[in-house]
Amino acid sequence: MSDVLLTIRDLKIEGRSDEEWMPIINGIDLTLHKGEVLGLIGESGAGKSTVGLAAMGYTRDGVRISGGSVEFDGVDLVNAPLMKKRALLGKRIAYVAQSAAASFNPAHKIIDQHTEGPVRHGVMSEGESARDAMDLYERLRLPNPEEIGFRYPHQVSGGQLQRAMTAMAMSCRPDLIIFDEPTTALDVTTQIEVLAAIRDIVDQFGTAAIYITHDLAVVAQMADRIKVLLKGDEVEEAPTREMLDHPQEEYTRSLWAVRSFKRPAKPVPAGDATPVLSVQNVDASYGVTQVLFDVSFDIHQGRTVAVVGESGSGKSTTARCITGLLPPTSGVIQLDGEDLPLDYRKRSKDQLRQVQMIYQMADTALNPQKTIGEIIGRPVEFYMGLRGKARRDRVAELLNEIEMPPEQYIDRLPSELSGGQKQRVGIARALAAEPKFIICDEVTSALDQLVAEGILKLLARLQDDLKLSYMFITHDLATVRAIADEVVVMKDGEVVEQGPKADMFKPPHHPYTDLLLSSVPEMDPDWLTNLLEARGRENIGDAAVGRMDD
Amino acid sequence: MSSLLRIIAQRLLLGVLTLFIVSIIIFTAVNMLPGDFAQAILGQSATDEAVAAIRRDLGLDQPPITRYWVWLTDTLSGDLGTSFAQANFASFTGSETGGGTTVMAQIAPRFENTLFLAGVTALIAVPFAVGLGILAALFRNSAFDKGSNMFALTSISSPEFFVAYILILFLAVLNPILPSLSNIYEGMGFGERLQKTLLPALTLTLVVTAHMMRMTRAAIISLLASPYIEMARLKGMKPMRVIVHHALPNALAPIINVVALNLAYLITGVVVVEVVFVYPGIGQLFVDSVKIRDIPVVQACCLIFAAAYILLNLMADILSILSNPRLRHPK
Repeated sequence: MSDVLLTIRDLKIEGRSDEEWMPIINGIDLTLHKGEVLGLIGESGAGKSTVGLAAMGYTRDGVRISGGSVEFDGVDLVNAPLMKKRALLGKRIAYVAQSAAASFNPAHKIIDQHTEGPVRHGVMSEGESARDAMDLYERLRLPNPEEIGFRYPHQVSGGQLQRAMTAMAMSCRPDLIIFDEPTTALDVTTQIEVLAAIRDIVDQFGTAAIYITHDLAVVAQMADRIKVLLKGDEVEEAPTREMLDHPQEEYTRSLWAVRSFKRPAKPVPAGDATPVLSVQNVDASYGVTQVLFDVSFDIHQGRTVAVVGESGSGKSTTARCITGLLPPTSGVIQLDGEDLPLDYRKRSKDQLRQVQMIYQMADTALNPQKTIGEIIGRPVEFYMGLRGKARRDRVAELLNEIEMPPEQYIDRLPSELSGGQKQRVGIARALAAEPKFIICDEVTSALDQLVAEGILKLLARLQDDLKLSYMFITHDLATVRAIADEVVVMKDGEVVEQGPKADMFKPPHHPYTDLLLSSVPEMDPDWLTNLLEARGRENIGDAAVGRMDD
Repeated sequence: MSSLLRIIAQRLLLGVLTLFIVSIIIFTAVNMLPGDFAQAILGQSATDEAVAAIRRDLGLDQPPITRYWVWLTDTLSGDLGTSFAQANFASFTGSETGGGTTVMAQIAPRFENTLFLAGVTALIAVPFAVGLGILAALFRNSAFDKGSNMFALTSISSPEFFVAYILILFLAVLNPILPSLSNIYEGMGFGERLQKTLLPALTLTLVVTAHMMRMTRAAIISLLASPYIEMARLKGMKPMRVIVHHALPNALAPIINVVALNLAYLITGVVVVEVVFVYPGIGQLFVDSVKIRDIPVVQACCLIFAAAYILLNLMADILSILSNPRLRHPK
């Protein structure tokens, strides 16, 4: 009896676009043994999720398997009748989705969704499955395992939901689980506890898994073997340690190298220099809930201040206060040493011009009905008063600035650009106003690593050329390492620590900064194990963050 | 929970306010009808004196604001007034006007009939339409889906009287199963009454099914791309369970709203069907009263129609809110 669980041979998948079938996966082979964890990595569009779902014999609407075979424990999943496939899904092959918040049905309690599989597949009675759920919740270190299942999904935090979803996948004790980017939507401190929980439970039950992610450091912790995909083709496959130490292919090495981008340190500004932007003792509220408490920091000319913190820490709210979209309840915001009116409606055109913003989702920040020329031309005309040929010339100049040849792009619509190009247009639109200060709100977090690096390099060059000052909002500490001059760490609406980057990455620092720093996964496959040993199981994730408050 | 109660109280208050504004509109509109009761009842040969006498007797000579105020305060105290047509013509003889029928007494039995017809129709149409919508979503793009869409659209696109005559042809004339006349009266047994109501109810079912069925189908299908539906499929759930257990509970809000709109239509818009089947509902009374400018009855009917709309929409709002677990179970 061989211990091969899943065999994929020459798998070809096509997707329909405009009435035409275009190839997505061009012939991939994959073998998975019982109890083995295979990491599947690649950038967006590489076809990782498509392969993951195909391993369950499932394709999304508008996608079809056009060739090859998927064989799970002797069953041909490509040609098996639906009834036969359904009998396997959930029972022997389970799925853990990227966003647990979206993948739990909002209308039913968590435990009811958990027991549905075992009951419908006839594995356990409802009572047995519910008791088993509580046991799994406890193994996954969820708080109140007896009680948490009786809540609705919206009543539970993201990291906990992700673990509840892992428990749900385990409910029938499957032989294989597909994890599709299960921690991508989580904060770094939360990510650790989910990673640890997943790794332990897969280990305990000897479950085989395909772990899909774009994050190398994460997959290094989870997988026995790694397979790299690029645009529907396999690049290479090797055991984890071998792959990390000796990547064979150029593309794999480039993925590894991304995190090495780093700007040289800039000279420290003179002590008496007037900062370009100064935030002083700012408080802000949404309704009656105060969300910012006494936030103060300065940004000097030509420098980048990275504002880091987890979701809900007040980073974006601070940006809204600076732009005047959310007038602070108290405090002062100064531009070049002069007070800015707190409400943007009271600011002069010139004051508005000086503060520009680049958004996280370039997709939604660009008007899909306007051409690139119109999108960039609008602020050129509004702020700089240029019209006709002067306006066109300036737009062309800006497009050259962002390394997109104007003759090729000026008449295109946003939908005809890639994600990275859209973000470049967002940058050009901000530059069009010729501002002194630009707020970059998670501008690289929706992009692949290689593309993100390109954007960071562009921003760095523009800063040098135009003496721009950036406030760089991010939760990614690798980005901070790459581009920041100063770092402001925020937590629960307060600044917990700030200073030059060199100091921030050197101990001793505030315990929360320490927690954030140590939570960023590293390429070392032993990193998670060592970290858990150093911190202790009970001192990760929410528990560790909670301890900070005491 | 307290936030839920607050929302409901808010909606109720808004409903009352809407009703008040509607009452002003009704009163203004009714007063803009050309001619008045006195002219309508006395005809072309009326003398100015006779017209004036009737106007004085019915209070029609008062300024509109005064008449509105009297009507409003009377209505609030539960008195919808006295029907002009039944008010007798005591004014000719100078005797008291006490022998008239109150609007209430005239409307109540008719309204009850209308509610009965609407109720029977709803009991047939809502499960039928929602069930059909679910099946259409389940077998989307199949022949069944296309067929039921075509059927629903055909019946909503045909004039109501036409649908009614077709049903009469098939169910009363060619196959005498049901009576074609719905001449129901007070004191009739429930069974007989139901039998006589069935044909108009079936006609109305055909008329209102399309909206509800298509909304059910669309609301469910719009959810089928959600991650939690994919999750249910990947858990190996059968298609029927995916739709009924996973999609439908999240699609309830739009469905409830369309159902409420159609129920309101059943109360306020069925005059044609009533005429075809000689069904003594409120719609016929309304049209008759407009014809002879029997203003108190017209106004009362309008007010009932408006209240039905507001109340049903209010209920739809509340049910939609209740169907959302985020509001039912706050954090």
